[in-house]
Amino acid sequence: MGDLLLEMRQIDKVFPGVKALSGVDFTLRSGEIHSIMGENGAGKSTLIKVLTGVYPRDGGSIYMEGKPIAPRTPKEAQEEGISTVYQEVNLCANLTVAENIFIGRQPTKHGFIDWKQMNTRAQELLQKLNVDIDVTKTLDHYSVAIQQMIAIARSVDVSAKILILDEPTSSLDEQETQKLFTVIRRLKKQGMGIIFISHFLEQIYDLCEKITILRNGELVGTYDVAKLPRVELIAKMIGKDLSALKDFDKSEEKSVPSAEVFLDAKNISCIGKLNHMDVKIHKGEVMGFAGLLGSGRTETAELLFGINKITAGEIVVNGIKMSLDEPMKAMQQKIAFCPEDRKQQGVIGDLSVRENIILALQAKDGIFHHIPLKEQIIIADDCIKLLNIKVSDREQLIKNLSGGNQQKAIIARWLATNPELLILDEPTRGIDVGTKNEIQKMAVTLAKQKGMAVVFISSEMDEMIRTCSKLIVLRDRNKVAEIEGDAISSENVMRAIAGGDA
Amino acid sequence: METLKKITASPLFLPLFALAVLLIFNIIFVDGFLTIEMTDDGRLYGRLIDILNRSSSLIILSLGMTFVIATSGIDISVGSVIAISSAVCCTLIGGSGDGTAEYPMILAMLAAVLAGVLCGVWNGLLVAKFKIQPVVATLILMTAGRGIAQLITEGQIITVYYKPFAYIGSSIPGNILPTTIFIAIAMILLVTFIIKKTSIGLFVQSVGINSTASRFTGINVTFVIFLVYAFSGFCAGVSGLIESSLIRAADANNAGLNMEMDAILAVALGGTLLSGGKFNIGGSVIGAITIQTLTTTMYALGVSSEQLPVIKAVAVIILCLMQSSKFRIMFNNWKSRNKVGPQGEKNFLMDEKAVNKA
Repeated sequence: MGDLLLEMRQIDKVFPGVKALSGVDFTLRSGEIHSIMGENGAGKSTLIKVLTGVYPRDGGSIYMEGKPIAPRTPKEAQEEGISTVYQEVNLCANLTVAENIFIGRQPTKHGFIDWKQMNTRAQELLQKLNVDIDVTKTLDHYSVAIQQMIAIARSVDVSAKILILDEPTSSLDEQETQKLFTVIRRLKKQGMGIIFISHFLEQIYDLCEKITILRNGELVGTYDVAKLPRVELIAKMIGKDLSALKDFDKSEEKSVPSAEVFLDAKNISCIGKLNHMDVKIHKGEVMGFAGLLGSGRTETAELLFGINKITAGEIVVNGIKMSLDEPMKAMQQKIAFCPEDRKQQGVIGDLSVRENIILALQAKDGIFHHIPLKEQIIIADDCIKLLNIKVSDREQLIKNLSGGNQQKAIIARWLATNPELLILDEPTRGIDVGTKNEIQKMAVTLAKQKGMAVVFISSEMDEMIRTCSKLIVLRDRNKVAEIEGDAISSENVMRAIAGGDA
Repeated sequence: METLKKITASPLFLPLFALAVLLIFNIIFVDGFLTIEMTDDGRLYGRLIDILNRSSSLIILSLGMTFVIATSGIDISVGSVIAISSAVCCTLIGGSGDGTAEYPMILAMLAAVLAGVLCGVWNGLLVAKFKIQPVVATLILMTAGRGIAQLITEGQIITVYYKPFAYIGSSIPGNILPTTIFIAIAMILLVTFIIKKTSIGLFVQSVGINSTASRFTGINVTFVIFLVYAFSGFCAGVSGLIESSLIRAADANNAGLNMEMDAILAVALGGTLLSGGKFNIGGSVIGAITIQTLTTTMYALGVSSEQLPVIKAVAVIILCLMQSSKFRIMFNNWKSRNKVGPQGEKNFLMDEKAVNKA
């Protein structure tokens, strides 16, 4: 094990109303690849941003090789030897590779840029990483993976001691990922400390030696990868002890699916989003897509609703093969989709609750079949009553409602179209407990009483287990398990999510 | 106080207020502003009629522009489209000195409007289909449009001597009001009908407020955006008829010059935010009349047409400041500082909050 490189002690960070980090410790040694893990909002990115000077810290101290540091900007952090390569490559596509590497610090001769030296040095740098390319070509000649490595080369040349890789593989395929890993391992051998952040469990177990787990802004612990079974990692991330979970799950009144298949997706893929997925959704079924963020659950839903196009496989609805390449086509097959990102993809903030509710129905009816105002009012009022949406007035702007009521209005928007398949992606995120329960119950009731097929996607294991009669588990964009009936338990689901050696 | 607040909060308050100020100014300083006389051949005549007559083509332009701006786009090509439409119309009727028409006038008019629609379709394709930024996409036709018009007229100013052509810009014999006013009213009615009877208004606003969410709701965002540019082209085509008839000629270099700016200003004045979203057709119409009143007033006061843009620029600055939330905070702070200290601070916090929310 190498020397102590970085120590972060008792780091606090407070945002208005939220304690984002409280008393977090983090230690990195040279020649170590260390992953920071945690669910969304656990504090991973906040910790990184404190380290790289994006956010000022509210408490605690940072030592670099024993010397206290306090970077206030990413540039200052870089001067201390901390470099970051972000998920989205931030290089300039229209500059050459060499220019990108030396931008802002070009070698000069007599006050002019020394192109020859710049190109040779760029070539050397990349060769160190085992990348042999023409550095005088512009960046957009190369794949994202190569661009990623160019970004790394640039960071490394700024004499970095610590390299932070934030989701570097999210847009890479398997082969490119392996190539990147070779480069990372080479840097590790040179004694660099590397912080590797990824949603892909496989990659973390493949590459890292240590994992630091955060939950709700607090440190859970730092572990040796070799000694931490995946199932335990997941348990620690979600904060449930395995033994405590066992007697928790039994459900009371789930919906029983009918034998009739509504939608059958056979072997569907979408490059970079999902690999070879089979889903069969029956009428009256509440189907859950479980998995960590980025595992392919939202991606599947978006394929079924035609937001993205499948690149392989086929989707059969009610026995007929369909090409669902735009939302309207899915809507015509009576599929409805409440998206994950309510603010960006759901609500039309400056429109009234009424307009938001009738919008999908109106889109389905078309521009020239305008729903008369009287009818709109009846539909909106019915929905407001049915879903118990708390509004002062149906003409209130939707942006002025609380998150839970906005969510209900979006669900109402889709119920108004009278769907046969309702896909709910994270319908309970960021809303109060009471409304959460209402929405869970509603999903089950719709399936039971109306025979609607419901797809339920959530990061919260408990509510998935309580509501779903069948669970499809995804990991790293692949379907890894299908769990049904009595077999649905936190333990089984977590084992499936963890996969591998569990 | 409450009712006063209600009135000032109404979206129509600002354009009506501006118009009222201008009218009062005119009544006081311009002699015979309100006088309306009857000419010998039975037409009404006077400054007010003149303002309405002249503002018609601007009203029509701003109808189309309102939809475009509501989708958070902009169409700066309408001035040049007017030139193209004028050129098509006048070329087809022809400039023969004996007062005959080469093609029937109705055909020439239809062709001119169709040319406008085609221009709009071109803009719509660039913006909606190829996702080019609206300013850049319509800039192409703005610069190229006058060249196209030159090509159509073969580089000459075509003067039309065919009598009925003048009826569009003035009045049909036996009618007491200029035809332009009827055309504008017909266009306003058409737009009102479209908004009432179709969902295009709802979809345009929805796309302007949040286009991603609109797509996730099944709205064909591409088609909606395409449609508004095509319609804007249609409006510019109709305006082209009026503009050429007013001078009874097609002047490729000057027809509709700078009118895109007036149209945008009219829409902004009418209470439609340039960032898109909710729109207000009535506001745009009043905005257009206000701007024409401003122009006429300035001419009446002896301001030359070269100096006029300066006055308009001042109007634009004031308007933009009134729409800017930052400026409103500064303004409120300044107001409350003149009152009492602590309350002012509270005001400031509340405003900050309101802005953050927005």
